[in-house]
Amino acid sequence: METLGLLFQGLSVALDPMILLYALIGVTLGTAVGVLPGIGPALTVALLLPVTYGLDPAGSLIMFAGIYYGGMYGGSTTSILLNTPGESASIVTAIEGNKMAKLGRGGPALATAAIGSFVAGLLATLMLAFVAPVVVKLALTLGPRDYFALMILAFVTVSAAFGDSTLRGLTSLFIGLALACVGIDQLTGAARLDFGIPQLLDGIEVTTLAVAMFALGEAMFVAAAIGAPETMNAVNGQVWMSRKDWARSWKAWLRGTFIGFPIGAMPAGGADVASFLSYATEKKFSKHPEEFGHGAIEGVAGPEAANNAAAAGTLVPLLTLGLPTTATAAIMLAGFQQFGLQPGPLLFITNADLVWGLIASLLIANAMLVVLNLPLIGLWIRLLQIPRPWLYGGILVFATLGTIGVNSSPVELGMLILFGVLGYFMRLHGYPIAPVVVGLILGPMAEQQLRRALSIAQGDWTTLVSTPVSAVLLTIAALFLIVPLVMRARGKDQFLRQVGGDSD
Amino acid sequence: MNNPTTGRRPLGAFFIAAGLAAMAIALLVDAASLTQGGGYAGVGPADVPRMVAGGLLVLSVWTVVSGLRGEMPVPPKQDYGPVFWILLGLGLQLVLLHSAGFIIASALLFACTARGLGQRNLPLALAIGLALTTPVYGIFDKLLKLNLPGGPLEDLIFVNLIPRLFGAAMGS
Repeated sequence: METLGLLFQGLSVALDPMILLYALIGVTLGTAVGVLPGIGPALTVALLLPVTYGLDPAGSLIMFAGIYYGGMYGGSTTSILLNTPGESASIVTAIEGNKMAKLGRGGPALATAAIGSFVAGLLATLMLAFVAPVVVKLALTLGPRDYFALMILAFVTVSAAFGDSTLRGLTSLFIGLALACVGIDQLTGAARLDFGIPQLLDGIEVTTLAVAMFALGEAMFVAAAIGAPETMNAVNGQVWMSRKDWARSWKAWLRGTFIGFPIGAMPAGGADVASFLSYATEKKFSKHPEEFGHGAIEGVAGPEAANNAAAAGTLVPLLTLGLPTTATAAIMLAGFQQFGLQPGPLLFITNADLVWGLIASLLIANAMLVVLNLPLIGLWIRLLQIPRPWLYGGILVFATLGTIGVNSSPVELGMLILFGVLGYFMRLHGYPIAPVVVGLILGPMAEQQLRRALSIAQGDWTTLVSTPVSAVLLTIAALFLIVPLVMRARGKDQFLRQVGGDSD
Repeated sequence: MNNPTTGRRPLGAFFIAAGLAAMAIALLVDAASLTQGGGYAGVGPADVPRMVAGGLLVLSVWTVVSGLRGEMPVPPKQDYGPVFWILLGLGLQLVLLHSAGFIIASALLFACTARGLGQRNLPLALAIGLALTTPVYGIFDKLLKLNLPGGPLEDLIFVNLIPRLFGAAMGS
C-alpha cells in the first residue's frame, strides 16, 4: 500500500498550520463565489493568480483546489434558494432543489446537497489518490504522438461532444486556438501575429482572457438582460433531513460519486456533464418517479454528489498528464506554470511532497466545507442579499485589479475590454466560453507535441496513428465528434443540449 | 436558448461568419510572412496557424449554411444601455489609470457599473466605490506587493497621511 504511505506523508504537509490557513481561505472564497451568481471558481482562481505570485507554491495550489471544491458546494445553495445556479455544475440541482425550497423543504435540500458533496468529495479524493499513481505509470510510457492524441480528444470533448451545437462548440475552440497562435513560437522563436506590438510577443495571458470572458462578458450579459430578477425562497419548516430523506439520499450520493468521478477523470467533460447524467440516472432508478419535477430529493442528492466527484476526477488528468479538461483546470494549470511547475508524470517524482500534500489537503478541505456549508449556511444566504449594482461593481473592480497588478499597460487593459466584449457577444449568440480558454492554454501544448512527434518520425504523418494508444484515442475523438453530429441532425439531441452548459 | 428562428434574415450569422473569415485571413497573411524552417518535422512555425485558419474558414462557411437554414439561435432581446455604462467605466479606468491613480480610476469603474445595473444615484455609487478601492489599494499594493499605479490620491493617503499618523503614534 504505497499510496497510503504517500498519503500519510501528504497529511504531514497538509497539517502544517500555514497550509491549513491557505486551505481555509480557499474553501471560504470558493463557497462565496459558488454562492454568488455570475462568478465561478474559474474566474476566482484567475483573479488570485497574480496575488499569489510571491506566495508559497504549495499553499497557493492548495488554495486553488479548495476554491474548486468550495465552488461546487456553494453553487448548490444558490440553485436551491434562488433557482439561478451559482455555477454551471449546479444547473440540474436547481430543477428539483428549487421546487423543494418552494414546498418549504429548503432545509433538507441544502442538507442533502452538502452531505452528498462531502461523501462524494471524500470518496472521489481517495479514488484520486489511488488512481493517480496508476495513470502516472501509464503516462511515463506515452510519447509525443500519444499526448497529441490525448489533447485532440480533450479538444473534442470540451467543445463538440456536448452542448447544443457542434458548430458553435468548435467555433469557440478555434477562436481559442487562433488566439493561442499569438506570440513567439516555442520551437523556433519566430514572432507570430504580433502586429508590431511588443506586448503581444509574450502571447495572450490565459488569466486576462478568462477574466475578460467570465467576469466582464458575464456582467454585461446580466446587466443587459431584460426581466425581473428571481426572488429568494426563505428556508422555513424542517431544517434537518428526516429518516426518510436519509434513506432516499444515500444511494443517490453513492451513485452520483461513481458517475461523477470517471466523467471528470476521463477527459469526457466537466462537472456539469456529470451532474446531468446523475440526474437522468436517479430519475430512472427512483421508486418515486412521479415526484421528479416536483421536488424529489434524489434529484438534488445525486447531481450534487456527482459534480463534486467530477471536480476531484478532473484533477486526475490535470496532475498526471498536465491535461486540463475544464476552464477551472486550465487556469489551475496556468497556476502551476506560474510557479515553474509542469503537471505531468514527472511532477509525482520531482515534487512528490507537493502533489501528495495537495491531495491530502483536499480531504481536510472537504471536512472544512461541510462545516462551512451546514452550520454556517445563514452567512452565505446573507451574501445573496447584496444588491446587484454593488455586487457587479465590486466584481469588475476585482476583475481589473488582477490584470492591472500583473501588467497595467493600456495594451493589456485594452485586450481585457476587447475580450470582454467578445465574451458578451459569444454568450449572446449561444457560444460556450470554456472551449476558448481550454483552446488557448492547450493549443500551444498540442502544437509542440505534434511537431515533436513529426520531428521524431522525420515528417511522416502516419506516425500520429502508429501506436495503439494514439490510434484508439483519435478514434474515440472522431466518434465523439461524429456521433453527436448525427444525433443532432436527426433531432435526437435533447439529451446533449441539456448536458451542455457554460462550464466553469 | 435554442429558439427556432422566425422568418428573420440571418444577418447575425453572416456577421459571425465574416468575423471568423477575417481571423482566418489574419492568420494566413501572418503565416505567409514567416520564414519556414521546418527542420526534421517538415512542419514549421507557419503550419499550425495555417491549419487553424483552415478550420476557421470551414466553420465560417458552416455558419453561413446554418444561418441560411435558420438553425442559428436568435439572441435574447438586450438592453444596450447598461453595456454602454460598463464599457464607459472600463474606458475611463483605462484612460485615467496612470494619471489619476488606481483608487479614483477604479472607483469610476465601480460607479459606472453600478449605474449600468440600475443604481441611479451616481454620487452615492462613487462614494461607495472610493470606500472600496481605497482599502483595496492599501491591501494589494502595500501589503501583498502587487504593483498598482498610484496617483495624487494614493500619494496623499499612503505616502503622507498614514506614515505621519503612524509616526505620531510611535513618537508619543
